[in-house]
Amino acid sequence: MTTKTIFSGFGGQGVLSMGFTLANAAMLEGKYVTYLPSYGVEVRGGTANCTVVVSDEEIASPVASEPEFVVAMNQPSFARFQSILQSGGLLCVNASLVNTASARSDIEVLAIPTSELAEKLGTIKVANMIMLGALIKASSIISFDAMIKNLAELLGEGRSKLIKLNREALETGFNYVKE
Amino acid sequence: MKKLMSGNAALGEAAVLSGCTCYFGYPITPQNELTEYMAKRMGELGRVFIQSESEIAAINMVLGASVAGARAMTSSSSPGMSLKQEGISYLAADELPAVIVDMVRGGPGMGNISPAQSDYLQATRGGGHGDYKTIVLAPGSVQELTDVVPLAFDLADKYRNPVVILGDGMLGQMMEPVSFDDIKPPKEYPKDYILTGAKGRPARMVRSLLFDTKEEEEHNWKLVRKYQRMESSEVRYETYLTDDAEMIVVAYGIGARIVRGAIKRLRQENLKVGMIRPITVWPFPAAAIQEMAKTVHDFFVFEMCAGQMIEDVRLALAGKGHIHFYGRPGGIIPTPIELYRIIARHYYTAARRKK
Amino acid sequence: MKKAYVKPKTLKEAHFHYCPGCGHGIINRLLMEVIDEMGLREKAICVAPAGCGMLLYNYFDIDTLESAHGRGAAVATGIKRVRPDNLVFSYQGDGDLAAIGTAEGFHAANRGEPISIIFVNNGVYGMTGGQMAPTTLKQQVTTTTPLGRNPILAGHPVRICEVFSMLDGTSYLERVAVNKPAAVIKTKKAIKKAFQCQLDGKGFSLVEILSPCPTNWKMGTIEACRWIDEVMAKQFPIGVVKEIS
Repeated sequence: MTTKTIFSGFGGQGVLSMGFTLANAAMLEGKYVTYLPSYGVEVRGGTANCTVVVSDEEIASPVASEPEFVVAMNQPSFARFQSILQSGGLLCVNASLVNTASARSDIEVLAIPTSELAEKLGTIKVANMIMLGALIKASSIISFDAMIKNLAELLGEGRSKLIKLNREALETGFNYVKE
Repeated sequence: MKKLMSGNAALGEAAVLSGCTCYFGYPITPQNELTEYMAKRMGELGRVFIQSESEIAAINMVLGASVAGARAMTSSSSPGMSLKQEGISYLAADELPAVIVDMVRGGPGMGNISPAQSDYLQATRGGGHGDYKTIVLAPGSVQELTDVVPLAFDLADKYRNPVVILGDGMLGQMMEPVSFDDIKPPKEYPKDYILTGAKGRPARMVRSLLFDTKEEEEHNWKLVRKYQRMESSEVRYETYLTDDAEMIVVAYGIGARIVRGAIKRLRQENLKVGMIRPITVWPFPAAAIQEMAKTVHDFFVFEMCAGQMIEDVRLALAGKGHIHFYGRPGGIIPTPIELYRIIARHYYTAARRKK
Repeated sequence: MKKAYVKPKTLKEAHFHYCPGCGHGIINRLLMEVIDEMGLREKAICVAPAGCGMLLYNYFDIDTLESAHGRGAAVATGIKRVRPDNLVFSYQGDGDLAAIGTAEGFHAANRGEPISIIFVNNGVYGMTGGQMAPTTLKQQVTTTTPLGRNPILAGHPVRICEVFSMLDGTSYLERVAVNKPAAVIKTKKAIKKAFQCQLDGKGFSLVEILSPCPTNWKMGTIEACRWIDEVMAKQFPIGVVKEIS
């Protein structure tokens, strides 16, 4: 199986790190994976997006013209990427910032109030990890348990203090999504 | 062990592991991560890194480092490569080894920063002035981009000639799992031409100015013989499902990778399509294509440009067979489904024509 | 009896190809005298230019690379970074350093690369037949300024030493000439100082040498030597421009 996910939002919302974490987790699970950042001129405050392809076989293209999953962390990303989502695809939106009234009728929308959930954990910075937990629950792209197990490696050296917080954030998102 | 890395960074690490001791570069998207990676790693290792004032300066610093005996590299993207051509011509004329990385972007002019394959002719025809060639390696994945680096340094030393690694913006920017377990520094060749100060030996000179036309002609024939040796020994390519193919796609680099995805779908519908993927685009696998043309009539060239490698396919086929073409210039990356549809249409047209 | 005049050991047995009255021959010889006297023959690596000086490897018995036009400072940078213990110097003309290779020279100077540039300023492109150089004087007639250099159309003569002196990376910059015996002796001292500056790891050094080109100046050889003092040195004052101790 091959799944393509586009992560999008404002620069600074941790959009690229969301994609990188998923790609890295998929690699550690032994899957084929590609991660393609959009590389534009703006670094902060502009729109950022990246594409992650996870597969059981060799990946032909790291580009997703019709992704199965889209994560939209802000309104402009919602507007831009909902149109290219596959029919029947899943759109994970940051309900704290995005109005989903104009969503297409042939897709599923999963609204996660990431800001509110993040504030309960004490920092808005983990909104992206909450969203990632929710995406993994709803998509089953990778194994959540394996990801939690590899969390230290995923966060990288020198971030061991952050393991607990990130784990809580991922679990918050994961548990927010009902079966 | 595998690590998730961008093509640019992975190439940098491979260069470090291949014993590259000097890197010179000038910022240009989409290869900046390579320059930045080298700034960090070369600094850590006490090797030479200079952010030069221009691509022209960078390639000439490479020339200086090479003539002093170092394993040297520079990298750039299309507009910057145009500036490097002067120095590459001198490297070839002086018979000095060097590795030059080109992460191609859309052009001509400023173009854009999206991946493209529109500098094929510049890379494979020498690119600068005069009768010369460079070996051009065109990898198609981050792992292959990594694997060709020690090879590039080896070929550069072996033939005393610049070697180009032809990537594109996507290959440079995308991350894939990559392993460095097999990256070993290539062997050292005796360097009896380098400048070290004439200690206990006659002075050496390295030059390309040969006022005497007879001498210049001899030098150029010598270079030609070297290029002929490369053509007979260094052609590299990969075939994919060509044994029973009725149509063979010719594509390289990231383009070939998308074609592979398209062919998987075509095969599911029993369309007998295969692919030849040149890994060296110079020397070009002309003989392999000629061999295939004995049994296959239809060749389909796909490039992310308006059509440049098609010239080499034409030359290889020398009038035999039929060449189909699909190109996307301007930095556009087609999808495997798009290629699947186009190739299928051409396949059916060819089948009808045969009847 | 002691010989008062001998050919430097490191100067090859060859006849200079330079025109009569040209300064390059004197400068070539001075360089090899300095190399001999400082015992640097086995340490020196020379970067030759494009221009009248380009054939100096026919005369210098030291390791030499011929650089592309204007790229001497970049090439010398590459060599010096690999071989910091060698003496690396680049020999460049005014078109080479002050026009097509300004960026390379300027930034090597700014980085304080411990190399030496021997900058031969004769105010014209000699080898290509006497076209205007960046250092051509105002109103000076050349083949591309047939009515004299008009600064409104063709700009002003470039003073490289003064420009480079503004760069924090430069350590020793001196302008000299080879138009009379006393000046020649001073030039030799300046070259020695530049090389010593490099050997001492002090950074970037450059010696600008005002050099006669009677052929392209359309002058007699003696007239050309006088013209350097009377006209050229007014635009390009002789002396040390910068010296960091």
